[in-house]
Amino acid sequence: MSHLTSSESNLRTTPFDTLLIANRGEIACRVMRTARLMGLKTVAVYSDADANARHVREADEAIRIGPATARESYLNIEAVIDAAKRTGSGAIHPGYGFLSENGAFVKALEEAGITFIGPPASAIAAMGDKSAAKARMANADVPLVPGYHGDNQDDDLLRAEADKIGYPVMLKASAGGGGKGMRVVEKSEAFQAALEGCRRESKAAFGDDRMLIEKYLVQPRHVEVQVFCDRQGHGVYLFERDCSIQRRHQKVLEEAPAPGMTPELRAAMGNAAVRAAQEIGYVGAGTVEFLLDASPGQGEAFYFMEMNTRLQVEHPVTEMITGQDLVEWQLRVAMGESLPCTQEALTITGHSFEARLYAEDPDQDFLPATGQLTRFALDLAGTDLKAEQVRLDSGVESGDTVSMHYDPMLAKLIVHGIDRDAALATLNRALAALDIQGVVTNRAFLQRLATHPAFKNLELDTRFIERHEATLFAAHHYQPEDYASAALLALHQLTQECESNSPWDRHDGFRLNAPRTVRIALHDPKHSQAPEDASPLVVVEGKRHPGDPEWHLTINGHAVNGQTFSASLQPLIGNAVAITLNGHRRRLQAQHDGNVLIMVDPQGETRLYWQRIDAIDHGQHEVQASFTAPMHGTVVALLVEAGASVEKGIPLMVMEAMKMEHTMTAPTNGRVEGFRFQAGDTVSQGDVLLDFAPGE
Amino acid sequence: MSILSTQINPRSELFQTNEQSMRGVVTQLHELTAAVAQGGGAKSRERHESRGKLFVRDRIDHLIDEGSPFLEFSALAAHKVYESDVPAAGVVTGIGRVSGVECVIVANDATVKGGTYFPLTVKKHIRAQEIARKHRLPCIYLVDSGGAFLPRQDEVFPDRDHFGRIFYNQATLSAEGIPQIAVVMGSCTAGGAYVPAMADESIIVKEQGTIFLGGPPLVKAATGESISAEALGGADVHAKVSGVADHYAENDMHALQLARACVSRLNWQKRGKLAMRAPEPPKLDPLELYGIVGTDLKKPFDVREVIGRIVDSSDFDEFKRYYGDTLVTGFAHIHGHPVGIVANNGVLFSESAVKGAHFIELCAQRKIPLVFLQNITGFMVGSKYEHEGIAKHGAKLVTAVACAKVPKFTVLIGGSFGAGNYGMCGRAYDPNMLFMWPNARISVMGGEQAAGVLAQVKREQYEREGSEWTKEEEEAFKQPTREQYEHQGHPYYASARLWDDGVIDPLQTRDVLGLALAAAMNAEIEETRFGVFRM
Repeated sequence: MSHLTSSESNLRTTPFDTLLIANRGEIACRVMRTARLMGLKTVAVYSDADANARHVREADEAIRIGPATARESYLNIEAVIDAAKRTGSGAIHPGYGFLSENGAFVKALEEAGITFIGPPASAIAAMGDKSAAKARMANADVPLVPGYHGDNQDDDLLRAEADKIGYPVMLKASAGGGGKGMRVVEKSEAFQAALEGCRRESKAAFGDDRMLIEKYLVQPRHVEVQVFCDRQGHGVYLFERDCSIQRRHQKVLEEAPAPGMTPELRAAMGNAAVRAAQEIGYVGAGTVEFLLDASPGQGEAFYFMEMNTRLQVEHPVTEMITGQDLVEWQLRVAMGESLPCTQEALTITGHSFEARLYAEDPDQDFLPATGQLTRFALDLAGTDLKAEQVRLDSGVESGDTVSMHYDPMLAKLIVHGIDRDAALATLNRALAALDIQGVVTNRAFLQRLATHPAFKNLELDTRFIERHEATLFAAHHYQPEDYASAALLALHQLTQECESNSPWDRHDGFRLNAPRTVRIALHDPKHSQAPEDASPLVVVEGKRHPGDPEWHLTINGHAVNGQTFSASLQPLIGNAVAITLNGHRRRLQAQHDGNVLIMVDPQGETRLYWQRIDAIDHGQHEVQASFTAPMHGTVVALLVEAGASVEKGIPLMVMEAMKMEHTMTAPTNGRVEGFRFQAGDTVSQGDVLLDFAPGE
Repeated sequence: MSILSTQINPRSELFQTNEQSMRGVVTQLHELTAAVAQGGGAKSRERHESRGKLFVRDRIDHLIDEGSPFLEFSALAAHKVYESDVPAAGVVTGIGRVSGVECVIVANDATVKGGTYFPLTVKKHIRAQEIARKHRLPCIYLVDSGGAFLPRQDEVFPDRDHFGRIFYNQATLSAEGIPQIAVVMGSCTAGGAYVPAMADESIIVKEQGTIFLGGPPLVKAATGESISAEALGGADVHAKVSGVADHYAENDMHALQLARACVSRLNWQKRGKLAMRAPEPPKLDPLELYGIVGTDLKKPFDVREVIGRIVDSSDFDEFKRYYGDTLVTGFAHIHGHPVGIVANNGVLFSESAVKGAHFIELCAQRKIPLVFLQNITGFMVGSKYEHEGIAKHGAKLVTAVACAKVPKFTVLIGGSFGAGNYGMCGRAYDPNMLFMWPNARISVMGGEQAAGVLAQVKREQYEREGSEWTKEEEEAFKQPTREQYEHQGHPYYASARLWDDGVIDPLQTRDVLGLALAAAMNAEIEETRFGVFRM
């Protein structure tokens, strides 16, 4: 940033040379990167679970602040402030989540004389209560979704208000967030039941059952405006981001600028956002979220939804299109400087996407995944992508462990292109270059989203994923070429490896006076592990005469009996290989996660589990239903009596892990012989939870 | 390091002609091998498989570690020997790697005459056991055989190396600590019943395997008892009642899995020790072997061109390079194993014979395995050579070859005639394994020489009788002898009768020797004690 001016005016803060980052994961690493560039000493805090985490490794100093549980560590205000004092940290960057929007924390910092990188406590409080915030926004002439935000919570009055707004309406907890205590009401008759349900949830989640009602937009787009304010009273907007692609109110893909914006709409939303921020005396980086009505005939109606008083997860897309470093802005503002830029100096260059990479299994209802990342890399060598087109903000590296304790987001992949189509193509190439092994991620799901024709065609709204569920979650349909490619990769690996110098230990299928023969069994993998079903999808027989570079593959199995390929493989740079099947050459990224072959190209990924056919077990196995804990967690409830005979599909037990509940159901009709744990017990991954005897 | 260089010109007419002719016989060998690999033919194979049984070669493929080598022995056994076809003599034998251990596998092919034992079946089975003994390799028998082929009982049953020798071998091999594992995948009748019974561990397949000394027809005839084969000696009987079998398999695949598990529990350790090097492929292109050697035995070639295409890095340290140079001797590595190579480069003279004996003594002293590359018309004849004692010099070479206790491997890469065959470790000298190239010929002397010798005797007879023997008559007399020698000296004729362990594609020589050497390292290399060398 060349045009930074050091502000001499009105310094209310003490300058600082040491910055504590009260966060973990990718955001802690990202904040530290800028802080280091600005010459600040960086201090990390960590829980026991993170003692060797990347953010700790990268920090100049690090302080342990408590056990793994976030409540006792990253949310422990006293411990964080104590860490700042021990390290002489003059300022604390809260990142996002954890303490970033916690008024009590900000107040405590103010009392301790430590600079908070964020807005004043009063601004957080003003936006924290949604109903009050909306009233103030109305004052500032910020458009609001038609709705009721009153204090009168009389049932009949609420229903009358809903009727007045017109259905469908959304019932929301005033104190809510994160999707809890929210419900769509389609018609007047359903209102009372929904209200009662919402109140119960809200009471349980927030200790407050006040409700607000809003018009429910059928095809809303989530467009948010990045604003920045300094202590000198300047405010600018750094344009908007479209975060319409969400799953259960969690953003998945974000982009900037929002497609289809006219300069007028952009200015109108930007100015409204700055007004909103200034109305509450905002300082620093903030995001004003709007709903943009995408249904036909709605013109350019936008409504204030809420303001996030922190740096957003998706801030990098704004950085990519504006060329600004928002963390640097935050730090400068916190140091008392004026905004580095005026509104006029800010421009948009090109288009940017961000994809959030989670350790979760899209095929198992996004069950969070844990384990060791044996490999985590962005292998750009085999692509034509340049470093400036792709940015990986990651909290992990190869060898790191993903624990159950925190949000499963591993990293963000951010790309830039001259326009949306170019950026999208880059995103797809970059997703294919991610080489992640050891832990299941949503990478393939991100690829399915980013290659979806509707996404390319700008059919954006927050219910995109629900609407396209059928195509996004379709079972993988293997093509004969997939088998041939996988077998070829396996053959290549197998014939390369040699356990010793003995020619007996080679696996190139030596046969006297006959072609070399090697057979590979391919299975549908269960994530990154061995398949559940011992019988392979296909067996591919590879034959090759000595000195012949080509394998002759014959595929036997489901629906592809006897199909043959002449196949050869040429390793390129990095993971990239060229596979030629019957004269058709294709380039792809080939990754080996143990015995799972991951073949990735910009169109998506294909996974197959391979094994030598002598590894197939032909013995008889007793069929036993297994009830093992999918991950470390807590038993919430036992739903039937031990000894009960149950029908298939009856829920038997509930456990909670990674903030989600998992229900064990009866796989067949049978009898619950007994439970091995009681409600409240902690269980480890793989623990047998209960004994079940299948019956008729 | 002394890397061999090459003098050949792949564009020369000779090379091209050789290339083409050798490629022709190699292709023929591949085709014949592929045909033999079909066993008893499509029909009987279909019948076999319809009973839920695997074909013998599929059994072997599933028994050995996937992708690992299978060094098959004598695939051409019994080729054109009997009036009807008996492909591979009805039994597939070879060395395969099972659960990481090199094992000798003997597998009956029930699609060939019900897996019954012809004389050459017996010979092949026993030869495989000999190899197991010599190399100290565990044996796995995949049994699916109706027993002796009754019409030829006189050639199968009574003699020392007939059927009974199989069980003698099982007992004595087991006594030497060489594991004997039997998998009963079909019938095991009469004498055959002793294969699983004599085994250290045996596996039987449900509803497929049967073991009995007398089958249901014999039982009916002898005692009047009516009983099904399964009830008489099926898997349930032997795994649950009689204890003849130790493991009960659901099917062929399961049985093979159990056999693999058996081997994995052997606690097997190799005993041979060699100073190994990291294997390196030859620097010279092995594909050029075809064009160097060709099929015309009268056209000489420098055997170093062959050695350079077989040994690691084409690195060959020659011993006594300039002495007795019709025999090439030297040290090299094959797939990392140190070897001493003894190779013919012309007719044997006294000097070459003595040099060979000296070199073999060196290798025996240092416990380095020997590889003989035979291309020999014989020892030099004539008064000069007889007078200088070529017979006693030749005897030194034969003594050295016979007594050397290091692993010995012989490959016939050209002619193998007369006493040259002895001095170069022919079959009678008990090499660990012996292979032939498809261009090779083996006989007591060349067909032309034999015809000449016989014609000379005949001519003398005519002369004594004072009668005329025309050139045409002599030619007509010689022709059948030439034809007989060509026919009987052909590698297929030899291999069919188990005079070797197989005919191999020259291109695979290096791999075959590497596998053989590595397998030999299961056994300890013994101390050699030589006999009296006539000085």
